[in-house]
Amino acid sequence: MKQFVLASIIAGALALPAAAADYKIMAPAAPGGGWDQTARSMQTALQDEKISGSVQVNNVPGAGGTIGLAQFVNQASGDPAQLIVGGYVMVGAILTNASPVTLDQVTPIARLTGEYEALVVPAASDIKDMAGLVAKLKADPGAVSWGGGSAGGTDHITAGLIAKAAGVDPTKVNYIAYSGGGEALAAILGGQVTVGISGYGEFAEQIKAGTLRIIGISSDAKVEGIDAPTFKEGGVDVSIQNWRMVAAAPGISAEQKAAVLADVEKMVTSASWTKILADKGWANTYLAGDDFAAQLKKDTESTAAILKDIGLVK
Amino acid sequence: MDTFGLLAQGLLTALEPMNMLYALIGVTLGTAVGVLPGIGPALTVALLLPVTYKLDPAGSLIMFAGIYYGGMYGGSTTSILLNTPGESASIVTALEGNKMARAGRGGPALATAAIGSFVAGLIATIGLAFIAPTVVKMALSFGPAEYFALMILAFMTVSAAFGDSTLRGLTALFIGLALGLIGIDLQTGQARLAFGIPDLLDGVEVTTLAVALFAVGEAMSVAASKGGDSTIQAIKGSVWMTREDWSRSWKPWLRGTAIGFPIGAMPAGGAEIGTFLSYSVEKNLAKKPEEFGHGAIEGVAGPEAANNASAAGTLVPLLTLGLPTTATAAIMLAGFQQFGLQPGPLLFATNPQLVWGLIASLLVANLMLLVLNLPLIGVWVRLLTIPLPWLYAGILLFATLGTIGANPSTFELGMLLAFGLLGYGLRRFGYPIAPVVVGLILGPMAEQQLRRALAISQGDPSILLGSPIAVILLLLAATAVLLPLYLRARGRGKVLAQLGANED
Repeated sequence: MKQFVLASIIAGALALPAAAADYKIMAPAAPGGGWDQTARSMQTALQDEKISGSVQVNNVPGAGGTIGLAQFVNQASGDPAQLIVGGYVMVGAILTNASPVTLDQVTPIARLTGEYEALVVPAASDIKDMAGLVAKLKADPGAVSWGGGSAGGTDHITAGLIAKAAGVDPTKVNYIAYSGGGEALAAILGGQVTVGISGYGEFAEQIKAGTLRIIGISSDAKVEGIDAPTFKEGGVDVSIQNWRMVAAAPGISAEQKAAVLADVEKMVTSASWTKILADKGWANTYLAGDDFAAQLKKDTESTAAILKDIGLVK
Repeated sequence: MDTFGLLAQGLLTALEPMNMLYALIGVTLGTAVGVLPGIGPALTVALLLPVTYKLDPAGSLIMFAGIYYGGMYGGSTTSILLNTPGESASIVTALEGNKMARAGRGGPALATAAIGSFVAGLIATIGLAFIAPTVVKMALSFGPAEYFALMILAFMTVSAAFGDSTLRGLTALFIGLALGLIGIDLQTGQARLAFGIPDLLDGVEVTTLAVALFAVGEAMSVAASKGGDSTIQAIKGSVWMTREDWSRSWKPWLRGTAIGFPIGAMPAGGAEIGTFLSYSVEKNLAKKPEEFGHGAIEGVAGPEAANNASAAGTLVPLLTLGLPTTATAAIMLAGFQQFGLQPGPLLFATNPQLVWGLIASLLVANLMLLVLNLPLIGVWVRLLTIPLPWLYAGILLFATLGTIGANPSTFELGMLLAFGLLGYGLRRFGYPIAPVVVGLILGPMAEQQLRRALAISQGDPSILLGSPIAVILLLLAATAVLLPLYLRARGRGKVLAQLGANED
């Protein structure tokens, strides 16, 4: 009964982090993805810097994080030791999935990292810059196919925003959703779609090697190390950041919230965190407390508007 | 330096004692998780990522690759012996492999799987080293239209696994296709057939369905049959492969490799399609097609080679383009990034030592898998000497643990039991099981590719015939349907009926 023993060991190993913890961080995604890596990086930094004695991470994957969020709101309410990692993708998923639980029901703590969206074309494409793309869009919006991540995600929203800002009907955007960065990248490299839109990191190596040409980046100002004009410089007034955040449970007191904020601040300014961000190539876009809550509200409103414009949310 | 020099240097890296140790840990862990249904290599690598943070890059990547190869191999053991596929790429192996095991030929089935995996892994890894750039170019030329044609071919050929009644086979297939519709639609982000249940938004997990239909359903039907008629003969004849087994296996190994490697390299190919195609190729080419459905060794040798070759194929786009095409590859990419390495078109140029070290250690890991697993076959087949009630109780426990381990949710467990009942029902009324799983795997892929193709062409269906590759694939699919009809018309229907006997 070898397998039985083995099964028990593996099941045990998976359930291992059940020991007492100062913080419990939920990653509402499968192991390995961006949110999971964020949660586990927080775990490393919090422990290494001795901000917290022990931190455990648990994964609740599914549906753009809304399954984990619902579970978190129900089970963690009033518990200041529980945190959840999330991000901009969740904002869109809550709307498209008509999730019964929203980000209004958690206590936002801080935005931690962010990534800008890059717009690329294959090296052989006749589109040279944003103006070229806008001209094509205006001529026939349907003839421009956009390859990116899942429908209603950051990539799709950015495509809709660009079309809208360029004066093209966003419902006409011919968006082709791929399940992951790799599949989308293959379609762009293979010339199956006209343009590609996704996080800069997905394309960075191809841009360096010259197989893809970047025609715009979604930041407000030029980003160091990225040789590309911003969308705004290209004449399209769009700026968007695919951010990741940490939030605390609903129903915690003001003192408890302040204590969590202090711990997160300590973590973000630590040497361990700086090293992790550098290793993973994540940009530090730390924004805490009320400033972040205000930004979150703004993002939620603009996302709801564009998803309605694209036609994904009624 | 030329390719050979680089490979030799890579072998030196891989043969360093510490790296050998990492490879050993990797293949052992990989085999273990491959055996356990539900827990696959992707999850294991993800959980090990933080642990390896402090190791050196070469060592930990070698370990990850070992886990990947080991996982692909480990899944076959439970498929063959217990009719419980450890992962979706081993589903086809269960069809013939378990029939062989029940007839006392579990030893040769395991051996042909192990040696086939080795041969395929060896050839495919060498292919990775020498023809990666060519393979990548071919893989990138596959657009949605070509993928759709490939899916059609897969649909047409898997009808080989349908059993003797086309009506029953199609019914089972459509159950799978319907299940495949559940969840959020990728192209529009809208939920379909989820009935407001959040757990259904991500659709039905293939491994949950496969484990439920194969293992739970079978346990129920054994329990329902008063324990009388289910005969299992643990060992009959030699545990090792006979001369005939060898001569019937080597061609399927090579053909499986030739099918699996390029399909694995395709960004939207996946390991399963290669195994489906290999199975039907073997069935069509077999000298004794009547044995298919009753334990034909070709039906184990081909698909097993195909799934291991596709594992190596996956590394082609990962190493040459930085494209992760499977969940495990995506997590290995995260592993590369953790060490500040960016797989991409420049990786071969900027980090040749690491890349060639990895390729060389795949060869080492592959050999290690063989050495580790061949002697264990004798132990594994003894599993079947366990009295039936104990054996099935064990299978149930182990199916449940695997499912909970992969996704700790009561809903998932409920689905396992519900699908188990479905599996029992299908068995009770003589419907084949495999098409249900095939439908769940292929249905969503075919749908997405068709819709992408039509979106890109703005609704013009001629795009589906727009490239030579698509046309060739569709012609092959047409042949797969029409040839049997023609043969039947010429009065060879009897052979065909035997050929398509019930597979469970």
